[in-house]
Amino acid sequence: MIDTTQIQKLQIEDREYETFFTKKFAGRRHYHPPDPRKILCVIPGVILKIHVHPGKKVLRNDPLLVLEAMKMENIILSPADGRIKAVNVEIGKMVPKGTVLVELE
Amino acid sequence: MSSSTLKHLEFVKRSARALKGGGDKAIEKQIAMGKLTARDRINALMDAHSFHEYDLFVEHRCRDFDMDKKVLPGDGVITGTGTLSGQGVCIYAQDFTVAGGSLGLMHARKITKIMDHAIKMGLPIIGINDSGGARIQEGVDSLAGYGEIFYRNTSASGVVPQISVILGPCAGGAVYSPALTDFVFVVDQISKMFITGPEVIKTVLGEEISMEDLGGARVHTEISGNAHFFARNEVECFHQIKKLMTFLPGNNTKRPIPHAPAPPKPKFNIEQIIPAEPSKPYDVRDIIKAVCDNSDFFEIQERWAANIVIGFARLNGETIGVVGNQPLVLAGVLDVDSSDKAARFIRFCNAFSIPLVTFVDLPGYLPGVDQEHAGVIRHGAKILYAYSEATVPKITVILRKAYGGGYIAMCSRHLRADFVFAWPTAEIAVMGPEGAANIIFRNEIANAPDPAAMRKQKVAEYTQKFANPYVAAAAGHVDAVILPTDTRKFLLHAIQISKQKTESRPRKKHGIPPF
Repeated sequence: MIDTTQIQKLQIEDREYETFFTKKFAGRRHYHPPDPRKILCVIPGVILKIHVHPGKKVLRNDPLLVLEAMKMENIILSPADGRIKAVNVEIGKMVPKGTVLVELE
Repeated sequence: MSSSTLKHLEFVKRSARALKGGGDKAIEKQIAMGKLTARDRINALMDAHSFHEYDLFVEHRCRDFDMDKKVLPGDGVITGTGTLSGQGVCIYAQDFTVAGGSLGLMHARKITKIMDHAIKMGLPIIGINDSGGARIQEGVDSLAGYGEIFYRNTSASGVVPQISVILGPCAGGAVYSPALTDFVFVVDQISKMFITGPEVIKTVLGEEISMEDLGGARVHTEISGNAHFFARNEVECFHQIKKLMTFLPGNNTKRPIPHAPAPPKPKFNIEQIIPAEPSKPYDVRDIIKAVCDNSDFFEIQERWAANIVIGFARLNGETIGVVGNQPLVLAGVLDVDSSDKAARFIRFCNAFSIPLVTFVDLPGYLPGVDQEHAGVIRHGAKILYAYSEATVPKITVILRKAYGGGYIAMCSRHLRADFVFAWPTAEIAVMGPEGAANIIFRNEIANAPDPAAMRKQKVAEYTQKFANPYVAAAAGHVDAVILPTDTRKFLLHAIQISKQKTESRPRKKHGIPPF
């Protein structure tokens, strides 16, 4: 017989179904809209160079920093025109994926 | 001593040395890891005394890095032919005791030679993987060896069944041979499959993870879906392979060996499995067991994408492929993983002329940002493609809900099901009554003095009118509305009557499924 103590509710269209969740579904991440002012690290690596400092004005595609990952130097460019609010990394430090590298105002 | 006796002794000496593999110490180490030796594995898997070995005296030809001074018996792989569950097969097993089962040129040639045999003779090929990877000393020759194996895996795909058994490490490029084969077997704590191992991940990415958590048996049977069968030990794994073989034909021109027909077991009472309320769960495997021979359902990928159930069973002694939505898990929805899982299985059955029986009860596709961003459109399309492409007999039984795109995808008449049966409890509609009523009667509900009461009335009206099998039956989309107790009877007849089915598709080099 079905062990009903672990049963969950899943809404499809306008009906709630009684069912079990898969581990993958239970562990899914809720969506957060990206913040275009926060420049995220997409691959873990080491910061080689920092071209900007807080308060500096930047244009779209200006280099912000150089991140070494997978034996390649990746130049991180500004996604938009603006002024630097914060630089959250240091030269020579390892940064994990998902870190906010630089914030624009 | 006569010269022939001396020659005989020479043969005995050479054989004994080759049969010892990596020697006593290496064998001890292998056993200490909880693993059988390659030769013991073959003997445990094959029918007794049926294994015949070839290429025992093959030697490597590498001259670099002092390799010419090294003797590697059989070059680290055992190859041969024999029978498994009465079916002739070609088999190879990598021998970890010889240079870590590393793959060099001659090692690869032994494998490709036995694969070529399998294709020529129309025999299933079984590969037991237990290897540290490429033999670095042999450089690009070793890569060439892998490439030759992958090419043959692809060439043999859909011609002979291909089975991979991962009984040790299988890392880097080596993983692509199993990935190209039809069924992958893994064993807890023994199998390890990954493209880049924990060490590389740590140095490059700074992330720490154990081999087991990165690419162990549970990972590949529960999370990645790369493997099909999980076993707790090697002996259990061999039993699973033997059982699988009983359902399979030797090649794409043969039929599986038929079994004696047997009725389902009485404990699976088909009338008492499905709750009347369409939002309540049940185990669709109980339905399958209530109709198939001996209630014997051999499930594939049981632990991954469990919202769809796939596997082999028999009707009147003959193999069928079964696909069923599983209301017990995620309400039985289609999503990225379940579509991939079903589509590949459908294509296997079609390639090997195994009739398909589909049990339908699903509310539709799984909603969610993660699903959309993961490409549920492309993945969901695979199941449509696979069913539409399949020309084997296709029989569909709609048990309860068949809504919207889910109805179409689950081997509907429109994708060329040969027979579509529906139970009286079937609801074949564009969507569930609540959703449909909310859209169709939006204004009536909003403008009513008591919207909740009006909604309830409209949902009831819609349910009465459309949540049944008769609208689809009136259009001929359903061939027969049948009582649950008649399901087996209708299926047996449909399979019997479809035996000579021929159906063609436009000529083409090959289609382009949404991989």
